[in-house]
Amino acid sequence: MDWAGILSESARQFVGIQAMYFAIAAIGLNIHFGFTGLLNFGHAGFLAVGAYGLGVTVFWLEWPWWVGIIVGLLASIVFALILGIPTLRLRADYLAIVTIAAAEIVRISVRTTALADVTGGSNGLNGFNRDFTALNPYNDSFLGFRPDQLWPLTVGWIIVLLSVGVTYLLMRSPWGRVLKAVREDEDAARALGKNAYSIKMQSLILGGIFGALAGMIWVLAQGSIQPSPQDFGAPKTFFIWVAMILGGTGRLWGPVIGSMIFSALLQFTDLTLRGAVSAGYIPEWLMDGVQVGQMRFILMGLGLMLLMVFRPQGIFGDRREMALDV
Amino acid sequence: MSEQELNPVFEGVSPTAGSAKPDAILTADKVTRRFGGLTAVNVDHLEIQRGVITGLIGPNGAGKTTFFNLMTGFDTPNEGTWNFDGIDVGKLPAHVVARKGMVRTFQLTKALSRLSVIDNMKLGAMQQTGESFFKAFVKGLWSAEEKAIEQRADELLERFKLSHMREEFAGTLSGGQRKLLEMARALMTDPKLIMLDEPMAGVNPALTQSLLGHVKSLRDEGRTVVFVEHDMDVVRDISDWVVVMAEGSVIAEGSHASIGANQAVIDAYLGTSHDQALDFNEEDGEDA
Repeated sequence: MDWAGILSESARQFVGIQAMYFAIAAIGLNIHFGFTGLLNFGHAGFLAVGAYGLGVTVFWLEWPWWVGIIVGLLASIVFALILGIPTLRLRADYLAIVTIAAAEIVRISVRTTALADVTGGSNGLNGFNRDFTALNPYNDSFLGFRPDQLWPLTVGWIIVLLSVGVTYLLMRSPWGRVLKAVREDEDAARALGKNAYSIKMQSLILGGIFGALAGMIWVLAQGSIQPSPQDFGAPKTFFIWVAMILGGTGRLWGPVIGSMIFSALLQFTDLTLRGAVSAGYIPEWLMDGVQVGQMRFILMGLGLMLLMVFRPQGIFGDRREMALDV
Repeated sequence: MSEQELNPVFEGVSPTAGSAKPDAILTADKVTRRFGGLTAVNVDHLEIQRGVITGLIGPNGAGKTTFFNLMTGFDTPNEGTWNFDGIDVGKLPAHVVARKGMVRTFQLTKALSRLSVIDNMKLGAMQQTGESFFKAFVKGLWSAEEKAIEQRADELLERFKLSHMREEFAGTLSGGQRKLLEMARALMTDPKLIMLDEPMAGVNPALTQSLLGHVKSLRDEGRTVVFVEHDMDVVRDISDWVVVMAEGSVIAEGSHASIGANQAVIDAYLGTSHDQALDFNEEDGEDA
């Protein structure tokens, strides 16, 4: 087995495309869940709304890509309002149900044949990133990343840093304090004159904007949009949740570090298992190369369980917080 | 504990349910709240005198907490109007009612567990500039205000003997300390009327005395206090006026002395007509 290759390939995933857009998405989810306590189980819906807002604007309306970015962001705000207006006055679980359903509605709507002219139907969209890639200043590979990967990576990690900056500025302010108060006890916040409904809506919109940004930079890097469950379905949402929990919810850098480790670990288990199978360390009757794809998720799941048992607060969390009776 | 004199503002106020007060801060009229077939609250008329401590008592299920919820906007009545300090607050949501100056605490204490004690306190300050989304980004816009709030919070923590817990998570406080924190936090809002829902429940006797002192000091600052309590010693000790609820209605009002002698109150607490012989021949015999 080529351990050096496996390790260097895995290490690159600390800063790869997946770590980058997961970080942005998880920062948004962290604002929802970590700071406000909103149970958003449809974060992939925000990624989809952003990605399709961009893709449809460029592909169907044939407007420039930066207009597509604005459309994607506005669409995510509208999406947040649609989710929030009926549910945020109700108990927290209602938002969970509505978000999980709404994300599926978005994904299934865009792949209907009736909308094929607009959204590309089940074939998805591509070619919408030409103008973006044309701006690429890189000519050489770096750290094994091709120039066409380096460009979205650069833009993406700048967005990550800006998102962390925005989160930092907000969470040290009285606004962030109200957010956390609503997370702890909404009625107590209302009794102190805080408009819980309004602040939850602001949180839902802000986190949703980060989700849309993640979706957009991801499809710009990928060059295509596929309405598949892996890309915009519940599995995507829950991977973002895992990344956030891994890093530590309600922590500034938690989602970023969590996404980096999640992506690297996923790559590491994949390559290790694959190498072990092809080298014959794992006998054919136990597992073959095709099953590696599923096996690595089983291992990730096991790892997450162990994390919850031994370090429920995540990497950055504060053990004292978990000990509190909330 | 010695029997207190009647607070002079109540001279001439008739000790009957729904009596008029010389200067009412809260006036409720025909407030009804039904849960299905159960009428939880059915208050015909009630006035709360400004600047005194009013105790609200009654057996379990009398509708005291529901009445609190209604007055503070945490629940919506089926019908009824009420007026706080000259404003009709009947249709306002809870946070707006709080901003008008009627602030409540909860029977089950709501400490914001994963916020520090000082953050709990600072949250209480009303209408902070930095609570607006866009202004939150620019620290310069709210840092001076924040400093003033922090100073006020520290003064209150000092007064409520919580200074040593300043940086701890509120979730680490004991039950009694949480009651203190909740009261102190409510004071950060600078309320005109503070409604305490069972402020002494689950508090050890040593701390009860200091909590009682704090409640009295609220009155001395010119605030109005309404509190729900089951412990009659506490009620006798601190309240200037007592309102008794039973089965959703106000059945009696007055000084402790007059309440203690009131037949309707005794009936509400102990059941009616225990000393009368049961008459099986009468068709409309009384229920126990």
